[in-house]
Amino acid sequence: MDELKEKELLESVAAQEYKEGFVTDIRQEFIPKGLNEDIIRLISAKKDEPEWLLGFRLDSFRKWQKMTPPRWGHLSRLPEIDFQDIIYYAAPLRDEDRPESIDPALEETFEKLGIPLKEREILAGVKPKGVAVDAVFDSVSVSTTFRKALAEKGIIFCSFNEAVHKHPDLVRKYLATVVPNGDNFYAALNSAVFSDGSFCYIPKGVHCPMDLSSYFRINAAGTGQFERTLIVADEGASLSYMEGCTAPMRDTNQLHAAVVEIICEKDSDVRYSTVQNWYPGDEQGRGGILNLVTKRGICKEGAHLSWTQVETGSAITWKYPSTILKGDNSTSEFYSVALTGKWQQADTGTKMIHVGRNTRSRIVSKGISAGHSENSYRGMVQMGPGADNARNFSQCDSLLIGSECGAHTFPVIRSSNPSASVEHEATTSKISEDQLFYCTQRGISPEDAVGLIVNGYAKEVLSRLPMEFAVEAQKLLSVNLEGSIG
Amino acid sequence: MELIRITDLHAGIEGKEILKGINLTIGEGEVHAIMGPNGAGKSTLSAVLTGRPGYEVTGGTVEYKGRNLLEMTPEERSWAGIFMSFQYPIEIPGVSITAFMKAAVNAHRKAQGKSELSPAEYLKLLKTNMKLVQMKGEFAGRDVNVGFSGGEKKRGEIFQMAMLDPSLCILDETDSGLDVDALKIVSDGVNALRGPEKSALVITHYKRLLELIVPDKVHVLKDGRIVRSGGTELVEQIENEGYDSIHD
Repeated sequence: MDELKEKELLESVAAQEYKEGFVTDIRQEFIPKGLNEDIIRLISAKKDEPEWLLGFRLDSFRKWQKMTPPRWGHLSRLPEIDFQDIIYYAAPLRDEDRPESIDPALEETFEKLGIPLKEREILAGVKPKGVAVDAVFDSVSVSTTFRKALAEKGIIFCSFNEAVHKHPDLVRKYLATVVPNGDNFYAALNSAVFSDGSFCYIPKGVHCPMDLSSYFRINAAGTGQFERTLIVADEGASLSYMEGCTAPMRDTNQLHAAVVEIICEKDSDVRYSTVQNWYPGDEQGRGGILNLVTKRGICKEGAHLSWTQVETGSAITWKYPSTILKGDNSTSEFYSVALTGKWQQADTGTKMIHVGRNTRSRIVSKGISAGHSENSYRGMVQMGPGADNARNFSQCDSLLIGSECGAHTFPVIRSSNPSASVEHEATTSKISEDQLFYCTQRGISPEDAVGLIVNGYAKEVLSRLPMEFAVEAQKLLSVNLEGSIG
Repeated sequence: MELIRITDLHAGIEGKEILKGINLTIGEGEVHAIMGPNGAGKSTLSAVLTGRPGYEVTGGTVEYKGRNLLEMTPEERSWAGIFMSFQYPIEIPGVSITAFMKAAVNAHRKAQGKSELSPAEYLKLLKTNMKLVQMKGEFAGRDVNVGFSGGEKKRGEIFQMAMLDPSLCILDETDSGLDVDALKIVSDGVNALRGPEKSALVITHYKRLLELIVPDKVHVLKDGRIVRSGGTELVEQIENEGYDSIHD
């Protein structure tokens, strides 16, 4: 391979296979395009919501109207979004004859995505067991599995909408306590128009016996998805939660503006893992999901919250899963792999806000850029005046594949406590020709070699994921790099 | 039977000609040594034979197992049985020896139309070959060449060679940076792999490796040309009188 060809191989980003890019042909109901108070009232009415929630939405909307979209992200390709050109609610129509059962087409869709909704098959060992799923299709949750088994332990796992009706006190107690409705432009938008999402409550001292997961699927064209997830781990409870997402291939952008709030009460332990595989757009940079997401958790005394994310999809990612370490001795980690190829742009990282004494946080970010993409780590570590002896360690590594892509690091450290310590390490590397040649000399194709090297680079983060997720993530990293080498 | 025939090979890097007409034929089962001073073109020869990017062939032919070697990609050459023990083995952080070799072995099997090895079969192969170079069990779990000592790196290369069962082994200055004990382990490993269908090209500066891996033929490379070919007596001459004593 001469140098020119090598260069060509590295830089050419051919069509990658996005196997989740299909559309489900199903009868759906839509509300009219656009955003105003009537639309919000309509969404609220569709969900038969109580007055207090409508009030929350309208208050959020009024705040949102006074806000402007943040432009500080290193996201030159984030377009001006016409918020009046979006459909804010789309839902599959229920079969009139069988109102209680799931449409087989939906079941098939999730089956195709590897998300089994049939408990019987899972229990019979046909499908991998041990994971309860809340499946969200466009604006509604279509199925939540293993609810009975979980209910026996007092665990509530259901769609957000159902929680509003069945557990209004819990929802009211915790909603918007970590992400206030005026927190930022997209969080305000979500608070106004959110359609569904997952709700989860683990009672005091209960260790959730299986992993819980939400799977978000955008199907309808011209819509956005605005889900809301609220997770509460009560005192001493523990939980492992996973989130996955995909969307069809379309040549126009679609907006995904979610809010995730996690409340970790005293001595609780929550592990939250995401594998984000929204449609990234095509080789020319057309289409793809605009993933503008606010995720935040709060840790009370002695609580632990761990974020692990593998971000491989979306045209634009703007996302900073963050933790407020409020209670003394609370701890949090953020482990991230963000892979961008083609024309993708990701601006992602975390905020660790140390309030309590002896709080600890650790940040490990691995950015991988290929093609014409831009990949930025943006992080903030804040040590409050009361954060005596707090500690943070951050490590931000960037890996570049080819010469047309960019990697950037924007770390911010604010310390108001002299006894707190913050360490930051950063590296940037390239996949070297020597590494590639070494692999090919052993018979490993250049494409497999890149997959191998990238997976090795991301191992520290991937090893944090629950087993079945880790396998999926490894495949995604390899598949999403196909074409970035030849 | 002839395994590889190099005819009037000219090659270089960045427009500078380094190999100026190499002629060399290696038969099946033969071990050839190439000796030469620094800058003679020894490493360029191994790079060109394995298809390393950046090297340019400007003339001549290389026929390997009846195929035009120079038209093959590096991985195709590997599948066809060419293995090089690197002078400077490359680190691949986060990738274990186990995972790396599994990818390599299965790529070879795929190229041969065979199915992947089962985990049990693979493990057996791994253990057998680790024993060959006296590697402990933990070795398989370490990242490829990361934090390896000089000796471990070279033993690692011979281990990989054994795993891939090549027809032509190119040992590129495998003795450099090795102490006596490591050299013994490496050469024992190589000798154990010798056989009627295995050939080797041993590239070295020094006599000491060739006392342990005894070649069938010795070639002296100077300024991009093979200036003398013969038997092990050449090794003695170089040792006693230096490269300057050898001319066309």
